[in-house]
Amino acid sequence: MTLRETVNNAHSHWMDADGPESEIIISSRVRVARNLAGIPFPHLLNKENSEKVIHAVRLAISNKEASELLGGLELSSLGELSPLERQILVDKHLISPDLLNDFQRKAVVLREDEVVSIMVNEEDHLRIQCILPGLQLKEAWDVVNRVDDGLEKTLDYAFSEKVGYLTSCPTNVGTGMRASVMIHLPGLKLAKQLAGVLNAINKLGLTVRGLYGEGTEALGDLFQISNQITLGQSEEEIINNLISIARQILAQEQAARRNLYKDRREVIEDRVFRAFGALKYARILSSEEAMRLFSDLRLGVEMKIISGIPVRLLNELMVKIRPAFITKMAGRELTPYQRDIFRAGLIRREFANLPV
Amino acid sequence: MLCERCGQRPATVHFTEITNGHKRETHLCEVCAGEIQPQGFGFPPQLFLHNFLAGILNQELGGGNFGWPESAGNKCEKCGLAESQFAKQGLLGCGDCYPYFEEKLLPLFRRIHGNTRHTGKVPARTGGRARLVKEIENLKRLLKEAVSREEFERAAQLRDSIRQLERGLEEGGGA
Repeated sequence: MTLRETVNNAHSHWMDADGPESEIIISSRVRVARNLAGIPFPHLLNKENSEKVIHAVRLAISNKEASELLGGLELSSLGELSPLERQILVDKHLISPDLLNDFQRKAVVLREDEVVSIMVNEEDHLRIQCILPGLQLKEAWDVVNRVDDGLEKTLDYAFSEKVGYLTSCPTNVGTGMRASVMIHLPGLKLAKQLAGVLNAINKLGLTVRGLYGEGTEALGDLFQISNQITLGQSEEEIINNLISIARQILAQEQAARRNLYKDRREVIEDRVFRAFGALKYARILSSEEAMRLFSDLRLGVEMKIISGIPVRLLNELMVKIRPAFITKMAGRELTPYQRDIFRAGLIRREFANLPV
Repeated sequence: MLCERCGQRPATVHFTEITNGHKRETHLCEVCAGEIQPQGFGFPPQLFLHNFLAGILNQELGGGNFGWPESAGNKCEKCGLAESQFAKQGLLGCGDCYPYFEEKLLPLFRRIHGNTRHTGKVPARTGGRARLVKEIENLKRLLKEAVSREEFERAAQLRDSIRQLERGLEEGGGA
């Protein structure tokens, strides 16, 4: 898949919902930060040096030995893309919003299947990331590790015996690794146990954030849990720790759901079917409201209260209903109000064909 | 206490920023705290993180009796990043900043990571010397285990391997 096709297609492998535990854990992501020795970090780079970095990465991915390890990788300068295309890459979680600042000096490398992406000249020279569906942190680390080895055949990394991989920000030094899971926790929220669980996570050296940063409550009960410490623990230790905590949270969420269903069955069912009704028939939907409804419906699908709705569709719609994709599908700029109408129509059409 | 931004919801998120010795506290509700952070999936709210880090750095580096005065002009010889600039932005300028500012960075690492020593992956090609050191540490651990299990033949083998690797290190092998 070329970058153009990536941008035209809302689907990414992480949306497939075919990974382990994917009824509650939506995706697993691992990224490592790497810098080139002898070149200032991106925030101090002039145009010439930033091009040097992009050139070095281009050479590294075309190295024969490496490309056999890595699979088909394609590098694109961000400047070659339209603003809309850049935003879609963010919405698909393939690049970070930070890569859009001063984009003329930045580039992105994508593997055909979109499982691997490499950001060039973000906060660090390279940020190699892999996203997989469900709880697959080990697998994601294996992929990143291989790509990293492949690139290192050509690139000289800034590395120190004492403190490991050297990064722009001292919070990433050492492994340079952030591992995270995206997890759906409506049960804990409904049971009002969320604050307690999230607090406990913070005490265990992990951080929790909402999906897109804005008011975490409103955005579909989706949370990102990731490691905070990158120095003094090995990659495997970090990953194993995160897996075991993710499993704990998963168990708590399942228990909360069971209890809710036992004690307040009608309330839960009402929520799920109201969400379905609204998504199927609404004429105006903001992205926040749609996300909230997706969350309720997803809960119903996961608890088998409602059938015939593929989770994959819900994952894909989460990206399709974002403003950039709506604009792309509409083929012209829309006002927020027009987008809300377009969004409702889009969801209505998708839901009309479901066997529900 | 009510949120300083919306004045409606209770403040549950408290930021403390320390800049040049001045402490500033911000009290926000969860919703407003979420809104003022830049958007982003899976990427920590960078701006906020850097401000926060700069606060800590300022405390450690600038001002006060323990910090160096800005006029001392400590700058990384390679990229020219000044210590004061680092304290302001929370970002280092290049790989050489690490050894250059080491003395100041180690306490910071201890605070952020609870640790100052990398124990993870070592790059195969460019990490030569570090890989030797890691291999030696690994063999020493095995040696200890072998001795405790009274496997002396294996211990002797391990000791020889360690000596060989250490000789390699002394000769600057893999550097």
